[in-house]
Amino acid sequence: MFGLNKKDTSLLIIVGLLTLLAPFILNPFPEGSAMAQFNAGYPDLMQRFVIFGIFAIGFNILFGLTGYLSFGHAAFLGVGSYSAVWMFKLLSYNIIPAIALSVVVAGVFSLLIGYVSLRRSGIYFSILTLAFAQMSFALAYSVLSNPKFNLTNGETGLQVYADDPQILQGANSPDLPHLFGLPMRATYTMDVGAWSFDFNAGYYFCAIVMMVVFYLSIRIFRSPFGMMLRAVKSNQQRMNYTGLNSKPYTLAAFVISGMYAGLAGGLMAAMDPLAGAERMQWTASGEVVLMTILGGTGTLIGPVLGAGFIKYFENIFSKINDSVLHSWFAFLPDGLEDAVVFVIHPFIGKGWHLTLGILFMLVVIYLPGGLVEGGQRLLNRIKRKKPKTDDATSGKTEPAE
Amino acid sequence: MDAILLQILNGLDKGSAYALIALGLTLIFGTLGVVNFAHGALFMIGAFCAVTLQKLMNLSFETIDESQTDFLGNPLKVETPYVEAWFGPETGATIIDWSVPLAILFAIPIMLAVGYVMERGLIKHFYKRPHADQILVTFGLAIVLQEIVKYFFGANPIQTPAPDALSGSIDLGTMIGFDPNAIIYPIWRLVYFGFAVAIIGAVFSFLQFTTFGMVVRAGMADRETVGLLGINIDRRFTIMFGIAAAVAGLAGVMYGPLNPPNYHMGMDFLVLSFVVVVVGGMGSLPGAVLAGFLLGILESFASTTWATTTIPGINQIIIYLVAIIVLLTRPRGLMGRKGVMEE
Repeated sequence: MFGLNKKDTSLLIIVGLLTLLAPFILNPFPEGSAMAQFNAGYPDLMQRFVIFGIFAIGFNILFGLTGYLSFGHAAFLGVGSYSAVWMFKLLSYNIIPAIALSVVVAGVFSLLIGYVSLRRSGIYFSILTLAFAQMSFALAYSVLSNPKFNLTNGETGLQVYADDPQILQGANSPDLPHLFGLPMRATYTMDVGAWSFDFNAGYYFCAIVMMVVFYLSIRIFRSPFGMMLRAVKSNQQRMNYTGLNSKPYTLAAFVISGMYAGLAGGLMAAMDPLAGAERMQWTASGEVVLMTILGGTGTLIGPVLGAGFIKYFENIFSKINDSVLHSWFAFLPDGLEDAVVFVIHPFIGKGWHLTLGILFMLVVIYLPGGLVEGGQRLLNRIKRKKPKTDDATSGKTEPAE
Repeated sequence: MDAILLQILNGLDKGSAYALIALGLTLIFGTLGVVNFAHGALFMIGAFCAVTLQKLMNLSFETIDESQTDFLGNPLKVETPYVEAWFGPETGATIIDWSVPLAILFAIPIMLAVGYVMERGLIKHFYKRPHADQILVTFGLAIVLQEIVKYFFGANPIQTPAPDALSGSIDLGTMIGFDPNAIIYPIWRLVYFGFAVAIIGAVFSFLQFTTFGMVVRAGMADRETVGLLGINIDRRFTIMFGIAAAVAGLAGVMYGPLNPPNYHMGMDFLVLSFVVVVVGGMGSLPGAVLAGFLLGILESFASTTWATTTIPGINQIIIYLVAIIVLLTRPRGLMGRKGVMEE
């Protein structure tokens, strides 16, 4: 189907089903139950899953295939957001021109940066992209927000004001981002018994976009072009000696991944018409690196998994606090309970980044292929020795329910 | 003329910090060939050594002074730091006042230990892995270290004042024949600059004039041959890692009075220090120091009103701009050697 082989088609279908049914899958616990805080099926978070998924898929096309580690990809995301908000300000709240422009602008931007940065490789490339991204951040944060030429609105962030031209804004079209009249915030809530599921227009728009770009990335991975990129990763020198110029290939990969980032930025602005400079900071670039590595570099599904994993736990872990912990471990004797809570305390709530950092280090050290490789290893082990169930979970404490 | 001198002086303190961090980065890179993204975190840990010592110094016990009363008429509770109780009020107060410089002594063993543990426990396993993996694992480590510090010290900057004798400013202009008040300069910045020069001098003379340093330099040039001569070069490189960590840590200790330390100060410096290393030339120690001071001074010139009105925002981007130009025109940096990091 769609020019894919059987395995890829089934992967695409699985991803499609997962994203389309996400409101159900992510809301397994009834409303109001003690486990309800693990529900991730609310529109805002689901949108972030798919948007960062797109971002990571794009990053993976560059890093996973060519091995060029860019530490400045957030710049393209930020540029995409800014251009989308500008389209809202100038034309109308319709998201199609906004997203189109954000992809185009991010593409042009990444062409410029890529052309310069790709003259060097290895660590120099990382540092050049880092320098460019920090430069864009500094520019967006301060310089481009002076009264005479206010492109980014500095610290406040770019947003739509009532006196903006919005020349195409019809009299009765909604006053917030919409797709030909369908507002992105429109949510239909379905109540089934104790459960409630949110179906959000914005989420489904992002999800469909993600499936399209996921399909594109499969095609890129399987194409001769993708093979060339892999050749760059495995041995660029040999490739050059055989008479192939690798530069156009890497540049194309860079621009494609920049456009993916721009798309993600545009979608972000489409869900919430606001763009701030902090989206371009290098820690944001670091985040997408984390997602891709954690999920599995160079695999198709890895980056999406990584993005979902990080965003999910970022939300859930930050919400767990001491009293929640106490209620979980209430079955333990008092002294022990306090001790356990004391030990776990630094890793939850505000300490989520600590957990993330440790997890990330563990993945880089022991599992360079990320979650995908971990899953494969586990599968292999189960296949080889059927009766032996995985003993990884036995060390975990189950929440008291 | 005096304005130019003032800008050069203004650039010295940031330049010193850049130079020290970049020196440490280059030491690690030159010896072990590892790109250490956690180096900024080491700088930050150094600064928090000073914070910790200051807190330790101010540990105090309460006594009830019957002769005095507070406004409610109760006997007054007097807090006396242990240091003052042990060494007498005069000496004790002086020790507390000088806690930042004293933290140097406190920080050296800690930083050496941190560096040693880091190298043996983590970096060692990454020599054979690609540079991207080294960057990633040290990046993760930087996050972890940063979050640990945040857990213990909170997210807000913590004041670490300089000793009274060294805070305040002096009029440098009159000393070298300018008009009075033309060049007013904070003393601590001078101290910081002098300290940086001393550290840099110490590192260079250690490498240049001791047998240990000679072996290390030989190892930097050709690790394999030195190993074949029956010298345990790995152990020496581990010690160099510790020294590099100590250099970064000391830079952090003394930086506290200039800018109150917070947990992400390392990350802010790290990006710039990498740029400095690249401008100076990967693997070149003099290059790192030179580029550190140059970029610090350049940044300070770009922050003058004249520069910012001519090109708005130039102070924010000058360093990156210079780095991009240098990398594209002189790919090896100002003083880079051939064959370093060139695939």
